[in-house]
Amino acid sequence: MIGFISQVSKYIIVLLMAIYTFQCFYVFRHASEEKRKGTYILQNIFMFLLLFLAFAVICVHTQEREILIFFGAQQIILLAILVLYRIIYPLANRLIVNNMCMLLSISFIMLTRLSFERSVKQFKIVILSVMLTIFIPFFISRWKWFKKLTWVYGGLGIAALGVVMFLGSITNGSKLSYTIAGYTFQPSEFVKIIFVFFVAGMLSKSTELLQVLLVSIVASIHIIILVLSKDLGSALIFSVTYIMMLYVASRNFFYLLGGLAAGVGASVLGYSLFAHVRTRIIAWKDPFSVIENQGYQITQSLFAIGTGGWFGMGLYEGAPNKIPVVEADFIFSAISEELGCFFSLCLILICISCFVMFMNIAMQIRNRFYQLVALGLGIVYGFQVFLTIGGVIKFIPLTGVTLPLVSYGGTSVLTTFIMFAIIQGLYIMRKNEG
Amino acid sequence: MKRKKKKQKNIEIVLVTYLFVFLFISMMGYFVYFVYAKSGEVMNSPYNTRQELLANKVVRGKILSKDGHILAETIIEADGKEVRRYPYAQLFAHAVGYSVKGKMGLEGNANFTLLTSNTFVGEQVKNSMNEKKNIGDNVVSTLDMELQQIAYDSLGIYQGAIIAMEPKTGKILAMVSKPDFDPNQIDSQWEELTKSSEDGVFVNRCTQGLYPPGSTFKMITALEYIRENPSSYLNEHYLCTGQFIQGGNGIRCYRGQAHGDVDLTKAFAKSCNSSFAHMGLSLDRVSFLGTLETLFFNQDLGLPFASNPSQISLNNETTDAQLIQASIGQGTTLMTPIHMAMITSAVANEGKMMKPYLMDHVQTYKGSVIKTYSPESMGQVMDKEEAEALKKLMAEVVETGTGTKLKDALYTSVGKTGSAEYSNKEKGESHAWFTGFAPAQDPQIAVTVIIEKAGSGGDYAVPVAKRLFDAYLN
Repeated sequence: MIGFISQVSKYIIVLLMAIYTFQCFYVFRHASEEKRKGTYILQNIFMFLLLFLAFAVICVHTQEREILIFFGAQQIILLAILVLYRIIYPLANRLIVNNMCMLLSISFIMLTRLSFERSVKQFKIVILSVMLTIFIPFFISRWKWFKKLTWVYGGLGIAALGVVMFLGSITNGSKLSYTIAGYTFQPSEFVKIIFVFFVAGMLSKSTELLQVLLVSIVASIHIIILVLSKDLGSALIFSVTYIMMLYVASRNFFYLLGGLAAGVGASVLGYSLFAHVRTRIIAWKDPFSVIENQGYQITQSLFAIGTGGWFGMGLYEGAPNKIPVVEADFIFSAISEELGCFFSLCLILICISCFVMFMNIAMQIRNRFYQLVALGLGIVYGFQVFLTIGGVIKFIPLTGVTLPLVSYGGTSVLTTFIMFAIIQGLYIMRKNEG
Repeated sequence: MKRKKKKQKNIEIVLVTYLFVFLFISMMGYFVYFVYAKSGEVMNSPYNTRQELLANKVVRGKILSKDGHILAETIIEADGKEVRRYPYAQLFAHAVGYSVKGKMGLEGNANFTLLTSNTFVGEQVKNSMNEKKNIGDNVVSTLDMELQQIAYDSLGIYQGAIIAMEPKTGKILAMVSKPDFDPNQIDSQWEELTKSSEDGVFVNRCTQGLYPPGSTFKMITALEYIRENPSSYLNEHYLCTGQFIQGGNGIRCYRGQAHGDVDLTKAFAKSCNSSFAHMGLSLDRVSFLGTLETLFFNQDLGLPFASNPSQISLNNETTDAQLIQASIGQGTTLMTPIHMAMITSAVANEGKMMKPYLMDHVQTYKGSVIKTYSPESMGQVMDKEEAEALKKLMAEVVETGTGTKLKDALYTSVGKTGSAEYSNKEKGESHAWFTGFAPAQDPQIAVTVIIEKAGSGGDYAVPVAKRLFDAYLN
């Protein structure tokens, strides 16, 4: 009976996910938010059905009452996000709100299946994040002084990263985070946001050569500190975000080419200078040659994805816990193993839908500063998704970043909530302008 | 008009968006490609420990011979217990292998392929709803039932190895190694089988057995000699007195026979050790080593099954005495039978060496083909003219030399015999080698035979090759 339930729901879950994803793109058919309303409501229904089914399977497997209570709490928080946004921000972009909730649902399902304890911890952070960020769109759309703090952002960013590097050098490079009251904070996650604000502030003022040089130097300091702290994923995200923002701000195609060329040059340099860069490349090119150590994670990830196949093994039928740090960096592999390749493709499409919507919003904003902020945050989000998923499927070398909103990790979730909220604020600001 | 202007204004953002969407789509493409085409190969890794998971959902598929005989299948007994059955028992022991207490042979190579079901999705959905297992895919091997049986019977009570392959593709048609075991009895006889490590029943002598190549190695010495004397190699003569002595080190021809006045063709046909020793001494050590390296000596052959690299030691410090031994395939030189078969096949295939393989294709239990394995070249290891010259030398072996037992046939075959001396031998004993192919004009089958401690290659190994040629070509 247990097998029957988990197998039937396996296919229905994929189906629900596919319909939801289809609707993410179907809404673009209508120009006005008003006409999209029906689709948005359907999306919510499908999301709750999916969550319900998945938790039915989890309940049947674990036979624990706690799961039911937990599931109820999750329903409430998701419903709260949807309703609060509806009430406080009638002008908010509902596709982004829906996608945020959908990604959270997937996260709840997978984390509960992987580790109940961690899932509860993550859930608390989600509640905290909702409370902390629910008013951000309001501030963003009203307060106009954000632009004036340009150098504060720059200074704060370098200071925060510098402290981490300093502490990291004491603990032999293993410490990229602070632990406060059992919760771990990773400052580089927050610095991503203020970095975007810094660059947007600088480049919206002027894109004269001197100014570009100045911003480039400050940006490079950020990136160098990250490389020295061995946080390659963040270093890459900062670099790509900076190059894209510079290109859009200056409208100079040569900055894009030059930036990419510099990026390639820096990668080659990094490869020859740092052993930890080389091991990642080796583990990417031929993970089976170093399977005992650096190649272990990626091969386990590939085994998981291969085992899952198109429709997945079904919840609790795979062995995702064989992958080290599966809840954080490798959550995508766990999803692929148990929910299947089709489900994972839909997940990627949902992320693309978010990214395209962010870019769409950036395009509509007339104020240069805010336009660059929206663009920068969109790139941070999009590139992080690309790095983490590309890494675990061995499309690109592993960089050890999280999948926003889905992976386990407090700072990652909070940061992503802030980013989504800022973009909502910008969207609302644009709507208010009429 | 206004709209167009607005679009122009944001062309950079549009470009950046397209760039990222392109990255995402490439990534999704790779993901689908991985799941569809690559995952099978990755999952067959011996480091993958998820097989129990798959075995819970899939009934392990069958392994079939190329003509459809079942070589391995899973039977579900009345009490629901699954048992792996090998209908031909010992016959395919090393090639098909076993899948209890570890994996070996095809059972190991194709482990996850057999545990994967590519049946129609609807059927899989139906099965999973009924809590029934899916039926795993079948692996159709390149093995030929009739040839395998002949090879197995021909080896009789001797220890040794026989390989038959298609020289143009690398498909292995027969692969026999003795001593052998019954894969049906692995569980019950495990202690006994592992205890007799002296005989090494689990060692696949075809790919892992290291033997002195003896006179079969003269193919390679001759190749190097032709390379170094491209215009004159057929004109040199040597007077064989039955032995060759150089600075106190001497070697003798087989049974001390004096071959008289010989040229390269005759020396090769009669397998005259003395003239090859003389020839070997004239060779350039560095150039010879280069030839050996292109032929994959001292290197992992990169085969899809457990194999050992052939060993030869040759460098600037090699003494004359060692070079003499090396030239006639004795001394410290050791080769695996599969490597010998690969070199022989390269001669048959105009110098191009093909990678041997055992899996022809994968199909669902209903017979629709999922994946076909294609021949893979390992490179042009000798040029066309050199291959042609070696073929002529090998033709003479059958025509007038040590392989005349192959003469009386409807096809023309070519080859080289060997009677390899080995350490700790009883007087007069040798391993019997033959390696060759047929038909000479359009090679369809290459055969390498080694029968341990049987005697001369011409007397013992050649008739085995003939039986295989006869069966395959008639």
